[in-house]
Amino acid sequence: MKFLSEYRDPKAAERLAAAIRQKVTRPWTIMEICGGQTHTIVKSGLEDLLPKEITLVHGPGCPVCVTPIELIDKAVAIAKRPDAIFCSFGDMLRVPGSSKSLFDAKAEGADVRIVYSPLDALKLAKANPAKQVVFFAVGFETTAPANAMAVWQADHDGVENFFILVSHVLVPPAMEALLSSEQCVVQGFLAAGHVCTVMGFEEYFPIAEKYKVPIVVTGFEPLDLLEGIYMSVIQLEEGRHQVENQYTRAVRREGNRPAQKTISEVFEITPRQWRGLGEIPASGFQLRGRFQKYDANQRFPFTGEPAKESPECISGLILQGLKKPHECAAFAVKCTPENPLGAPMVSTEGACAAYYHYGRRENQSPQPELSGSARR
Amino acid sequence: MCLAVPGRIIEIIDRGDIAFRVGNVDFGGIRKEVNLAYTPEAEVGRYVLVHVGFAISVIDEEEAKRVFEYLEQMGAVKEELGEIPQ
Repeated sequence: MKFLSEYRDPKAAERLAAAIRQKVTRPWTIMEICGGQTHTIVKSGLEDLLPKEITLVHGPGCPVCVTPIELIDKAVAIAKRPDAIFCSFGDMLRVPGSSKSLFDAKAEGADVRIVYSPLDALKLAKANPAKQVVFFAVGFETTAPANAMAVWQADHDGVENFFILVSHVLVPPAMEALLSSEQCVVQGFLAAGHVCTVMGFEEYFPIAEKYKVPIVVTGFEPLDLLEGIYMSVIQLEEGRHQVENQYTRAVRREGNRPAQKTISEVFEITPRQWRGLGEIPASGFQLRGRFQKYDANQRFPFTGEPAKESPECISGLILQGLKKPHECAAFAVKCTPENPLGAPMVSTEGACAAYYHYGRRENQSPQPELSGSARR
Repeated sequence: MCLAVPGRIIEIIDRGDIAFRVGNVDFGGIRKEVNLAYTPEAEVGRYVLVHVGFAISVIDEEEAKRVFEYLEQMGAVKEELGEIPQ
């Protein structure tokens, strides 16, 4: 086993889809939380394998998409400082701020670098002691252990020119915000597998109980998603609302304890603004006490113009699962990955980008790639 | 961004503090150094799930086979009944 290609087998996928068809008697709406899952669903054409009773709606689990525009503006302002090296995951570079993206700043001469890991940014800081090295610490719980460790190591090694611009968000509070909205259409959740790899899934028990929704911790490959949907459908049909784990090869109930320990040593819980959703209480991380000297937000005070969102972008409705990307008037017309109006068209995890790249437009079927990816 | 990729540990290098423990990990032919601070149980030969340079989980190989065993059982029964299009 390589733990990858086996989970893309079209025959096995068809078997699971047949099992779902056999169980379904009524219409159900299920939300996958994570943008990585959205991409697998759209890329593999999974919606076309499912019976028409099942509607999948795409959730807010795209960190790039929910990072507030104010923070993008701030990142651009820091990147433009002559003494700065601004480091980021590649996804963030094209995300539009009020007037510029990090990519625009780079084109204008700012030292903006794409890194694979926050530890690469820390290495850059050690190699360039005369520069202020800032890492854009964007992400959900999955990425928090890495960012926490970069700060912990900077502190351990006495590095004084390394900072992180924190935009860390948490999944369970966002699920609660969606579920407590009157417009909520979601009847079952596929919880984000790798978030649970880190945090475990005990936090979801009270949510399943309070809102009477099944929550199935689900992986990222086509077979994982189909099995997650299958497990959700069985619960929905039987009138159950429990937390179950499909992704047992990578998720334990208690999560990754050493990772949680470092996260809580370095970070503390804070309210966070979510682009498109507004402020959600206790929904993110900020640096804790003695690590605040690594906070780019404090080190580089921002005095820019107030942030401006594009009035045509409906990303808030898309992130809540209330609209699909192709239902936006700007989709693929005014808004494309080359000239995005909003973040979901940019990110590799954004629902709009998935619909655009895999050709799902105006309810037509995308080109399924399941068999293609299985052959690779 | 929550993408995590499975890779096999080829070699482990201890550098004193567990926070700096790293492994040489093979991803289908491409090798990368991966921080193993969060997977103290990781051993050479095991598969780990790697996210932005960190192993966040050791893959449970028994659990990994579960869905296929289930499908096999289901397939054997269904094919016999002629219900699954091949």
